[in-house]
Amino acid sequence: MSSQLTQPSLRPDPQPPMVAPGHSFESVTKKIVDVIYSATPKGWVIGFAISFMILQILAVSVSWLLYEGIGVWGVNIPVGWGFDIVNFVWWIGIGHAGTLISAILLLFHQTWRTSINRFAEAMTLFAVACAGLYPLAHMGRPWFAYWLLPYPNTMQLWPQFRSPLEWDVFAVSTYFTVSLLFWLVGLVPDFAAMRDRATHAIPRFIYGVLSIGWRGGSMHWHRYETAYLMLAGLSTPLVLSVHTIVSFDFAVGNLPGWHATIFPPYFVAGAIYSGFAMVINLATPIRHFYGMKDFITDKHMDNMAKIMLATGLMVFYGYGVEAFMAYYSANEYERDLMMKNRIFGPYGNFYWALIFCNGFIPQLLWFKSIRSNEALLFIISIIVNIGMWLERFVILMSLQRDFMPSSWGQYCPTFWDISTYVGTFGLFLSLLFLFCRVLPMISIFEMKHLLPESHVHHHGHGEHAHAGQGGHH
Amino acid sequence: MEAPKPKLYGLVAQFNTPTEIVEAAQKARDAGYKKMEAYSPFPVEDLHEAVGFKRTKLPILVFFGGMVGFLTAFSLETFTSGGAPSFMDPFIPDWFKYPMNIGGRPLNSWIAFIPPEFELTVLFSAFTTVFGMLLLNGYPRLYHPLFNVPGFSRASTDKFFLCIESTDDKFDLQGTKQFLEGLNPEELSEVPA
Repeated sequence: MSSQLTQPSLRPDPQPPMVAPGHSFESVTKKIVDVIYSATPKGWVIGFAISFMILQILAVSVSWLLYEGIGVWGVNIPVGWGFDIVNFVWWIGIGHAGTLISAILLLFHQTWRTSINRFAEAMTLFAVACAGLYPLAHMGRPWFAYWLLPYPNTMQLWPQFRSPLEWDVFAVSTYFTVSLLFWLVGLVPDFAAMRDRATHAIPRFIYGVLSIGWRGGSMHWHRYETAYLMLAGLSTPLVLSVHTIVSFDFAVGNLPGWHATIFPPYFVAGAIYSGFAMVINLATPIRHFYGMKDFITDKHMDNMAKIMLATGLMVFYGYGVEAFMAYYSANEYERDLMMKNRIFGPYGNFYWALIFCNGFIPQLLWFKSIRSNEALLFIISIIVNIGMWLERFVILMSLQRDFMPSSWGQYCPTFWDISTYVGTFGLFLSLLFLFCRVLPMISIFEMKHLLPESHVHHHGHGEHAHAGQGGHH
Repeated sequence: MEAPKPKLYGLVAQFNTPTEIVEAAQKARDAGYKKMEAYSPFPVEDLHEAVGFKRTKLPILVFFGGMVGFLTAFSLETFTSGGAPSFMDPFIPDWFKYPMNIGGRPLNSWIAFIPPEFELTVLFSAFTTVFGMLLLNGYPRLYHPLFNVPGFSRASTDKFFLCIESTDDKFDLQGTKQFLEGLNPEELSEVPA
């Protein structure tokens, strides 16, 4: 080796390998690309067919809603926000894990994010697409949705910028757009890899156009990495702002149970919590059916479970603060809301189910034996997502009882509320199945960075350091 | 009769590891070549410096993109809500004014205007980042002479390429070929223009 001093590494010492041993640049590319260029697996056809059938439920539900009007749902005064807003918040929260993985973990040098970021970002986009359906459908006249946007019009009207609902329009549309850009930018070099490995003219043409002619020149990579890092830096505050603004939809109103300063951080933590549960739910089948255990290792599952545990504790703390502040405010409306409506009210059993799902079940994740048990982790993740759905439902049901008993009421979802919710799973899963079939589900070029031979052995004037020895970079 | 020689884009040498490509690029620069580019399947650290590229101006562009986003949202909200100071009145067209009294809040509720300002700052910055990066890199460009090199398709899989372009002042077919051969490439090919 040269006599040059080893540079101290900014990164902590070698973590356990995030790629199974024995992989080369070639084998990583082949493994990911071959999923797309090989014959359609039977399981995929069955899975997509089922998802597509569920999607038809959504088509029927939305068509009926548009034909008949919003009265087909159970929403009415005083509960004007029902399943639609519950599901809107639930879906958009799920999306947040994708951005956390792609942006925040990148900034923190968490290299293990590499193999899960692509499909987690896809999950973000599809979840936000599902989420976006609900406010549009809830408008009653969705063909006027563009009225939400500021544009010069003959009515000489402009939006009301003091309303959190208008902030939502900006937040959610920006979130979707930036997530899409981030995702597409990440895909460009992989499209080039797809183009270069195509054996037929048609895929070569399609992926060639999608790759916009990417060649991988060093200046291009330099600008690319700069852009990627800046997008991560932009997405990080963005993702926090999105769920903060979603929580403002509630917190800015002065309804007991909604008007709380804990809402923004507690919503953001809950979003990441449910999002990681969904990532685990998606990663488990991908590992199995596509044989990706080399890339999505047990360590990945363990890390995700730990993040779920940490954010779950924050969420549980949020429930505690809500209850404590209701008591400590000495405000009779807050106290009544908490005790007589929420905990022991008409949907009190939902509250206790929520505490069970989000408070107690995640505590199992303290144990390594449970974190490394895939089946249990999968089930816990489902329970967590049920819990997070219940949380939003419980919060929404604060609407049932406000200050005046004469204006109390009760909400009951109709068949169409439920079918719309079920239908969005069809949309989500259909899009995910298509994604797995035609796009590289793991970032190819970033995976190569995890291989030891990707490091340059610097300025060696003596003999070359052999690739693979990398103790420093 | 000899066919006219095809014009050359340059000479391209193929290497096997990141370390080799960085060293090759450094040697080429030391030898006085300027118009060259190294190609790799993933970003190789310091490779852009080895071929003589300092740093991109993209962050500066993004800063201005973000500023434009902020000012767009700021003026949109302030002007349409009637929150602009009165001396600006003659400059704001009537169709751009829609003052509303929302619960007695001031027309210039600048605190409530922050969320859309933040979002548009991020949105415009992100657009500048992505399209700035693509345009500075000269994309979209579906055709490139290098794609005619048979082995170049592996630039996206596992091989590393150094291309010295024929427009370089120091380029001469024989001399440059000899120089590149001295770097022990796996392969060396001419790139037809």
